[in-house]
Amino acid sequence: MLDLFNSPEVQEQFSLFLELLPGNIWDTLYSTVLATVFAYIIGLPLGILLVTGEREGVRPLPRWFMAALNFIINILRSVPFLILMILAIPLSRLILGTSVGTNAMIPPLVIAAFPFVARMVESSLREVDRGVLEAAQAMGASPFQIVRKVLLPEALPSLLTSATTVTITILGYGAMAGIIGGSGLGATAINYGYYRTQLVIEYAAVIVLVILVQIIQSIGTRTAVGSDRRITKKGRRKGLRDANRQVSRDKRVPPGAM
Amino acid sequence: MIELRHISKVFPTADGDFQALDDISLTIRDGDIFGIVGMSGAGKSTLVRCINLLERPTEGQVLMDGLLETEDGGPVDLCKLSPAQLRRARRSISMIFQQFNLLMQRTCLKNICFPMEIAGVPKAEAKKRALEYLDIVGLPDKANAYPAQLSGGQKQRIAIARALASNPKVLLCDEATSALDPTTTRSILKLIQDINQRLGITAVIITHEMAVVEAICTRVAILERGHMVETGTVEEVFSNPKTEAGRRLVFPEGANIDKFPVADVVRVVFNGGSSYEPLIASLAIDCGVKVNILGADTRNVNGKAFGSMLLGLPEDKGEAAKAMSYLRAQKDVTVEEVPDYHA
Ligand SMILES: Nc1ncnc2c1ncn2[C@@H]1O[C@H](COP(=O)(O)OP(=O)(O)OP(=O)(O)O)[C@@H](O)[C@H]1O
Ligand SMILES: [Mg+2]
Repeated sequence: MLDLFNSPEVQEQFSLFLELLPGNIWDTLYSTVLATVFAYIIGLPLGILLVTGEREGVRPLPRWFMAALNFIINILRSVPFLILMILAIPLSRLILGTSVGTNAMIPPLVIAAFPFVARMVESSLREVDRGVLEAAQAMGASPFQIVRKVLLPEALPSLLTSATTVTITILGYGAMAGIIGGSGLGATAINYGYYRTQLVIEYAAVIVLVILVQIIQSIGTRTAVGSDRRITKKGRRKGLRDANRQVSRDKRVPPGAM
Repeated sequence: MIELRHISKVFPTADGDFQALDDISLTIRDGDIFGIVGMSGAGKSTLVRCINLLERPTEGQVLMDGLLETEDGGPVDLCKLSPAQLRRARRSISMIFQQFNLLMQRTCLKNICFPMEIAGVPKAEAKKRALEYLDIVGLPDKANAYPAQLSGGQKQRIAIARALASNPKVLLCDEATSALDPTTTRSILKLIQDINQRLGITAVIITHEMAVVEAICTRVAILERGHMVETGTVEEVFSNPKTEAGRRLVFPEGANIDKFPVADVVRVVFNGGSSYEPLIASLAIDCGVKVNILGADTRNVNGKAFGSMLLGLPEDKGEAAKAMSYLRAQKDVTVEEVPDYHA
């Protein structure tokens, strides 16, 4: 074991990894955060429409529109991420003028993630008690007021929980983007580990990814539980436990994620 | 005034259409506390939900005046309003739900401010009024508590404060007290009655508890399977229910037993006669039978006696039968046996 660590080969790989690490972490977080933000900019309004626009919703929309919206989201959700990413390469070139590098990862990530965001938002908003929506309607609230003052605030803890899942999913997608010329921890693991069999770097990069996921999950869960006013102080511990259990049960993660 | 004209409501369901309301017409005058009673599934909730159009009637008109200014000053048919007009009209119609329906992520104060926020009342004024109503419902210290930290009764008080703070003209209550214990129920009813008398608010109250109707309603309608079978003042309907459905509701244990008494304790129910003491006295004088008063619980509804009294009959079966037939002959009184009083 000690021999292994002392072997010049390993030490060389390890020092190379440490050299790459700060840049890699930055690239990974940068692309993850930006892609998550853009995915929400597109996915959140769509998720809201999915709930408010249905026949029993607060602002029913034409049936054909809802059917088309659902159809498009389902199509995008069923294309495996890697293929979607390859299809989206021209988009990166169109928007950014390049299809390699950290920024170039973002458009494919957003395309892959926004339908997922829309579904996650939809399921969070559906958890809001119908009775509360009716109460707001009975008071004369407009659909916009209901979305802003009832749906979103009442679903906030659930929205934060699902945002955590989304962020981690996008982090996983981003790691795969290394294959098509992205950058970050995933790219390092693929480029050094897979293509050049530098296993130390590969494993080290994966371990750092795992640690990042753990950190994001625990921050997300804490924020979600902390924001939930249905949980009194005494119930907070229990809320945290339940939220964790819900995450491990979450079957809504899309195919090909992580 | 609220006038429902020929309201029908049909729900399309998996196994055919279901007629929840069938041609219901009724008038609720300004300042009334109008009770709607009926068995479970009779259509009570559907009917009040038609008043604020949470449920759109399949047929009929919901006429109200004083909500929107009209050219001729007459009533408007809510069903014919545009969405924006309906929203404006709804700001004057508050509703209290059985499940409270408070916003769980807002403090009590913010919950009470909510309808005013929607109506565009300036923040400072809304807060002032909310605090005032927190005081009125007796929870001034809960301003910054969240609904999850309150008991059921406290939540209902917050819901009432929320319903009243926006100065509505009409208050709809769907089983507002069903989830509450008798003491809390009484205090909440008192509150509604107070508000009705002080502000002249018109209230429509759904309940399955006859005691609630007795306690605060001025008029009442009985629904059965989507039909309105009786309506009138509380005294009329309660002292002399004309229909089978009415009798079943007013005397749930069945009042028309015409047999020899099998129990030695009877309950005498007063349906609006003057008072109960002369009855016991006249029973002793007229037929020479003395009975024990084991308990009495009577209420005064608009000057008339309602309530019940438990009487212990004499051991002698003949004397007991004589007392029974005397009591049964009385106007405004019904008698029923209490078989397991001693058990
Ligand atoms: N959305 C709906 N779709 C189909 N049927 C409905 C719907 N809402 C109510 N009903 C039916 O209409 C009838 C009346 O319901 P409603 O809720 O008005 O009864 P209720 O008198 O309020 O009863 P309860 O005292 O139990 O609350 C019931 O038979 C119910 O099954
Ligand atoms: Mg009901």
